[in-house]
Amino acid sequence: MPIYTKEDAQALLKKVLSYSKAEECEVSLGGSEGGNIRYALNAVSTAGDVSTVGLAVTSVYGKKAGTATIDEFDDAALERVVRRSEELAQLAPENPEYMPMLGPSDFPESITYNANTAAMTPSSRAEMVGKSLEVTKAANLNAAGYLENSTGFSAVMNSKGLFAYNKSSDVTFSVTTRNEAGTASGYAARGYTDVSKLDTYTATKIAASKANGSLGARAIEPGKYTVILEPVAATYMLENMFRFDARSAEEGRSFLSKKGGGTRLGEQLVDPKVTIYSDPFNPDLPSSTWTGDGLPREKTMWIDKGVVKNLSYSRYWAEKKGVKPLPGPGNIIMEGGDATIEDLIKSTERGILVSRLWYIRMVDPQSLLLTGLTRDGTFYIENGKIKFPVKNFRFNESPIIMLNNLEALGKQERSISVESYRSYLIPPMKIRDFTFSSLSDAV
Amino acid sequence: MRRRDFIYLSGIGAGAMMLPSLSGLGKSIDPMQALETVDPRIKKELADAGLNAAKADGASYADVRIGRYLNQFVITRENRVLNVANTESYGVGIRVIANGCWGFAATNEVTKEGIAKTAKRAVAVAKANAKIGGAPVQLAPQKGYGEVSWKTPIEKNAFEVPIKEKVDLLLSANAAAMEGGANFVNSLLFAVNEQKYFASTDGSYIDQDVHRLYPTFNVTKIDSAKGAFESRRSLSAPVGMGYEYLTPLASETIQGITPRYKKRYNMLEDIKFATKQAGEKLSAKSVEPGKYDLVLDPSHLWLTIHESVGHPTELDRVLGYEANFAGTSFLTLDKWKSGDFHFGSKNVNIVGDKTQVGSLGAVGYDDEGVKCKKWDIIKDGILVNYQAIRDQAHIIGLNESQGCCYAQSWQDVQFQRMPNVSLQPGKAQLSVDDMIKNVEKGIYIVGDGSFSIDQQRYNFQFGGQLFYEIKDGKIAGMLNDVAYQANTQEFWNSCVQVCDDRDYRLGGSFNDGKGQPSQSSAVSHGSSTTRFNGVNVINTKRKIG
Repeated sequence: MPIYTKEDAQALLKKVLSYSKAEECEVSLGGSEGGNIRYALNAVSTAGDVSTVGLAVTSVYGKKAGTATIDEFDDAALERVVRRSEELAQLAPENPEYMPMLGPSDFPESITYNANTAAMTPSSRAEMVGKSLEVTKAANLNAAGYLENSTGFSAVMNSKGLFAYNKSSDVTFSVTTRNEAGTASGYAARGYTDVSKLDTYTATKIAASKANGSLGARAIEPGKYTVILEPVAATYMLENMFRFDARSAEEGRSFLSKKGGGTRLGEQLVDPKVTIYSDPFNPDLPSSTWTGDGLPREKTMWIDKGVVKNLSYSRYWAEKKGVKPLPGPGNIIMEGGDATIEDLIKSTERGILVSRLWYIRMVDPQSLLLTGLTRDGTFYIENGKIKFPVKNFRFNESPIIMLNNLEALGKQERSISVESYRSYLIPPMKIRDFTFSSLSDAV
Repeated sequence: MRRRDFIYLSGIGAGAMMLPSLSGLGKSIDPMQALETVDPRIKKELADAGLNAAKADGASYADVRIGRYLNQFVITRENRVLNVANTESYGVGIRVIANGCWGFAATNEVTKEGIAKTAKRAVAVAKANAKIGGAPVQLAPQKGYGEVSWKTPIEKNAFEVPIKEKVDLLLSANAAAMEGGANFVNSLLFAVNEQKYFASTDGSYIDQDVHRLYPTFNVTKIDSAKGAFESRRSLSAPVGMGYEYLTPLASETIQGITPRYKKRYNMLEDIKFATKQAGEKLSAKSVEPGKYDLVLDPSHLWLTIHESVGHPTELDRVLGYEANFAGTSFLTLDKWKSGDFHFGSKNVNIVGDKTQVGSLGAVGYDDEGVKCKKWDIIKDGILVNYQAIRDQAHIIGLNESQGCCYAQSWQDVQFQRMPNVSLQPGKAQLSVDDMIKNVEKGIYIVGDGSFSIDQQRYNFQFGGQLFYEIKDGKIAGMLNDVAYQANTQEFWNSCVQVCDDRDYRLGGSFNDGKGQPSQSSAVSHGSSTTRFNGVNVINTKRKIG
């Protein structure tokens, strides 16, 4: 039984805690079930079905903590795991950064679970992939794609009376469509809490139209261009800046550190059109309402009209600095406007439409300079229209510089990072002076 | 060894939440348990339960992998230990072919019943997928080896070394950095033991004990007046070795502008140099962009080999199986078939090798029961081969697999992964000093840094840890803000000299990512210091705010 109900989890955790003799004890229980299907060259290549459940006990004496875990749940095994964590704690050295456990708190119930997603089976996954393949077979293209769903729960209880439970579901889908000659390629990616919103047929249609449109790409000179980043491209670029961590900023080793000491908190970091926040109750991108160490997750503004509004403080660092702890983002929502991508194109005299970015890596953590490439549909825009596909570029650009060169935002949508597979709510965006530094022959 | 010594310091911190976020970590355990093993006779019985259940449900082929994956992390910063974690992941992965299609399922219920049930699930997955259609799987023949075993040739099992000894080493290194004026230092020791049992319907029962180790640190110096910071990472390599790697040996150290290490590493020496160099980087001259001759140390070049040779010669990428994530490859089959595709200059000889002692990729048999080997991939600059597994071998005219199949754990399906891919040393005697003497305008790069390459492996950009300007055959001082960009084929054709085998060293990575869901693989790449002429160098300095 990998998915426990709240009541079953609470009863099990209570039982485990009753065995504890330590000064402090925390028990956590988590499990997941789900599966995946991967296809390439218009046929399934691999598929799997995995479920796991496990329990962890942390016992504490002073600032000495020990953790032991187990995946068997009979009474003898549960008592054994508690004893083992106590033994490990007694033998551990003091951890100067250890923080005492938190007491009870009323965490509101999250909206992260969806029964439709939880009910997915190998057959339903295969059917959804079948719909994607209908498109590519009819269009004479090759599809390579991936569909994954998982439903999980986590629960925690400690000797100070804290109890928290959460259940969540997630489904992601991505597809790359290529022609036989390897001279055209398109892509689409989707992520949802509720699988009934996932339409693999339409997503694959979009990928196929990108592929067909990318045929015959011309080389144009690298340099500074106005770009329109579709949400999947913008997400991957911006994902690298969503660590609003106070400690590294105060230590002087972050893009949020200030010359002469201190942080950029309260400063205008980027264009006033940029507002970024977290909200566990956003219906399109919900998150858990509590963190692993028992802090509540609440709506938190990170960047408001371009100004840094909050930095996250771990409980240890908050105490040291005499401030309130603030957990890092549980989800990321960037405000957008009403414009569609077509509107953004229409208002562009000369620029590049970027469908997807690829292989982004940090070049300089101080300026957050990133390098990476365009991929799967890059188009030249002139006088408000897409003129022709262009060959891919390598870029060297910082998301901070990029958001200072922001011209316009489109309508926000849920998008997944093509590397971490995390979901974000990000609008398409038009950026001036985006730095392309060389051409790539890759398709 | 006393049990108390061994578990001293284990379980620090807030338990699972403090564990590094690596995938497939598993549960935390009492470190003593890492020394316990499961009797191969029991594993054979368990595996047979899975093979029989799969066959009974109609599988034409099945393999069962019973895996026990142990990790130990010791994590410190400055003068304190942040965490000591011991994790174990134990379970079974079963892969089958039914109705011509692959199916996979995994469980941590390691009993005959649990395994038989999982085998049936794998067959059901295969049958569901077979309905979608596609060409049936064609496996290269593989004779069963019967009951065999293999172990990484180690001198000292890292899991047997008391944690106190590891903590003392890291904290002494940190202290040396702080004494040298570092503002921050992080250090880490990571030990891996994969106890893998493989059984297949071909009649193989293979028991393997694989060991890997990675000690590393990162030293940071800050100039708060300028609002600047610089770091220098260790020049250690992750290795397929035991704890002996951490016993310094003069004969395994290459002296020069900074010490570099072969089969033994001196952490205390390296961190002293690193601390000084992090300070030098803060005031180093910013590079003038343009064309330079590059002299690349093996501690740097391994990553360029990995990205620009290792990945494009993976046959699954060439065929299109990775198109949706990692990408495809510019080294298409027609280039290989021509027998005349000049991947690099005649100085470029590159081998795939799963047998190299001390390397991360070395095992006796791969994860589909094929004995490991060594073969040419680039010979005198010409593309001559790829990296293949059983269901791909027929595509390149092979009648057996090259043994490149790997899964990161029991719960992940095995697929084609990169073997160690290494540049062979030059045959003529040539030292690094002699190489530098003939460079008029160049940059000498030590250590790996930022890396990025396109999805077909044409266009790449690499940074590094240390950059030294070469002017008229001499080192003229340190440079900063350096990255080079090139096209893979042009770059390898600009390879003019490779130092001889006295300079040959391995670098590597624990975290080569590929596949969906993404899996990590550990792989090494060897080379001697190598010269490339006329490479485009860019300046990476930017200002924000």
